Amino acid sequence: MRSMPGKTLYDKIWDGHVVTEQDGEAILYIDLHLIHEVTTPQAFAGLRASHRPVRRPDRTLAVADHNVPTEGQALGIGAVADEEARLQLQTLERNVKEHGIEFFPMGDIRNGIVHVVGPEQGRTQPGMTIVCGDSHTSTHGAFGALAHGIGTSEVEHVLATQTLRQKKARNFRVNIEGEPIPGVGAKDYALAVIGEIGTAGGTGYVIEYAGSAIRALSMEGRMTLCNLTIEAGARAGLVAPDETTFDYLRGRPSAPKGGAWEMALSYWKTFFSDDDAAWDREITLDAGKIAPLVTWGTSPEDVLAVTDRVPDPESFDTPGKRASAVQALEYMGLTAGQPISDAKVDVVFIGSCTNSRIEDLRAAAKIAEGRKVASHVRAMVVPGSGLVRAQAEDEGLDEIFLAAGFEWREPGCSMCLAMNPDKVPPGQRCASTSNRNFEGRQGRAGRTHLMSPVMAAAAAIAGHIADVRDYL
Amino acid sequence: MQAFTRLDATLAPLPLANIDTDQIIPKQFLKTVEREGLAKGLFYDLRFDGEGRPKPDFVLNRPEFKGAGVLVAGDNFGCGSSREHAPWALMDFGIRCVVSTSFADIFYNNCFQNGLLPVVLKADEVASLMDEAKGGNHLVTVDLEAQTVVAPSGRTYAFAIDPQRKEKMLKGLDAIGETLTRAADIDVYEMRQALAKPWLEDA
Repeated sequence: MRSMPGKTLYDKIWDGHVVTEQDGEAILYIDLHLIHEVTTPQAFAGLRASHRPVRRPDRTLAVADHNVPTEGQALGIGAVADEEARLQLQTLERNVKEHGIEFFPMGDIRNGIVHVVGPEQGRTQPGMTIVCGDSHTSTHGAFGALAHGIGTSEVEHVLATQTLRQKKARNFRVNIEGEPIPGVGAKDYALAVIGEIGTAGGTGYVIEYAGSAIRALSMEGRMTLCNLTIEAGARAGLVAPDETTFDYLRGRPSAPKGGAWEMALSYWKTFFSDDDAAWDREITLDAGKIAPLVTWGTSPEDVLAVTDRVPDPESFDTPGKRASAVQALEYMGLTAGQPISDAKVDVVFIGSCTNSRIEDLRAAAKIAEGRKVASHVRAMVVPGSGLVRAQAEDEGLDEIFLAAGFEWREPGCSMCLAMNPDKVPPGQRCASTSNRNFEGRQGRAGRTHLMSPVMAAAAAIAGHIADVRDYL
Repeated sequence: MQAFTRLDATLAPLPLANIDTDQIIPKQFLKTVEREGLAKGLFYDLRFDGEGRPKPDFVLNRPEFKGAGVLVAGDNFGCGSSREHAPWALMDFGIRCVVSTSFADIFYNNCFQNGLLPVVLKADEVASLMDEAKGGNHLVTVDLEAQTVVAPSGRTYAFAIDPQRKEKMLKGLDAIGETLTRAADIDVYEMRQALAKPWLEDA
């Protein structure tokens, strides 16, 4: 008799959450639903119109992050200058109150970017299913949880039923092996993967990251990597939980305690891919061969080593890609063949759900310490939550940044998506630790170069895109 | 959800790859608490210049594509953010179908929540449809029941679609109502889980 083939981590989480299945479409139970002000008002309006309650308010957690200004938060929502943003924030406040949902409002020390807050509070746990009306929900996969973004109709569906109708995705394993060179980390791994497979390379898959370089990553690094999985087209990224994961979770406010911790731990330890699991696709990268990376264009797949030159659009293989590259170079104000390190920056943004955690700030502060931001550069550091901000202040990181000439802001999504007062002005160039370099993403006609926190700090000091290895 | 059965409409070509949701509907239009009225923000930075004047060359501003109901676009349409404002804006503008070689997962899924039909064709088929759209006649027929796109020349392209999604879109079914008919199954699942994972119950 032949034994059943092994299961992947994704297969195991999936199988454990199928409520019922019909013709390949499952009703999948959702353990944790994170919500924020931008993608929920229409969902709550839909519930109200159909007189439907929220099924599990206790499995729902709300924050205010996309719209909030990153200064003056103590003044409250009433002081938010943008009328539409204020209305959205007030609408969320009203909706969570009406439905009894836990909410960390703007100004609460626990508030911050939804994908920083969930893990920080210990709400994100291994083996869970987690959704949020935000594509970077993939972040939570760092804990071995199946986590992905959904649209507003699905937000309403989850609020009403605590389930989602889903078809199963395919399994893709990305192995990253070996040791990185100094100055290279999780952000570079993620950009290397996107550069390798393209922004549609992961479409239809869930990606599991494995290999010695992944095991060596901290939880912050794993979150950065899983966060950017959506930029490779896969809705969810995963890292199997291990001691690093459990150490991070132990003692967090919503992590299980005492006997419950032991029980949870033995459950969490069942979440790994079996040796004989089948993979629909697999690639392997050598961590030691990855240089510090930056993007040159308007798609996250437009990646090159900081020592490289801007590519010639003619070098791309399809007419669509050639046309996009021509348009990208024009938008970015770059010339084919120029060294990318020639590009002078006007703005530096260290923050976002990709890179605003304590470790990101520590790494950037190390580069900034004892140096000065170039005089023509506006550089800002935006911690991912009030708690990250407080911890950084305990460690004196704020003083390092301020002494170097960085602004030290209050938490929020900030300049990642320009839905709040933090924007890249038209035509200006930004070295950014965020996740998307799309046209207009950080502000109309703003030019974004994605890179790691240490690379962004180096760019702030140099005044142009710079190789962090010169600053180590 | 609005049902989709068959559509005769003007086809507009958008020959760019990786059209992301920030391009489809920029962030300044996401601050609404309504689903309606998003047409004004559709492809805003492509349609309008810095002063808010229409760019005459952009395909949807050209008189021959006025009232377009179908878009044909390059690879990986709808990548980026999960914002459902993207399909809402397309629908509000009058676009009911987008043809491409591939769509980003979340966008694709969002389309089916709203009755916007995403049609996947092969690269050479998308290219020839794109060429035809640039010609003198732009009228196409999209038939979901038959799973075909009939080009202006009369050439017919068959497309594949998940049978359940097709059924729901043809009927315009309410997904939440459907799922709530299985509420008893959800109750049972929750009771089992509460016993197996008690630490999640008093979080």
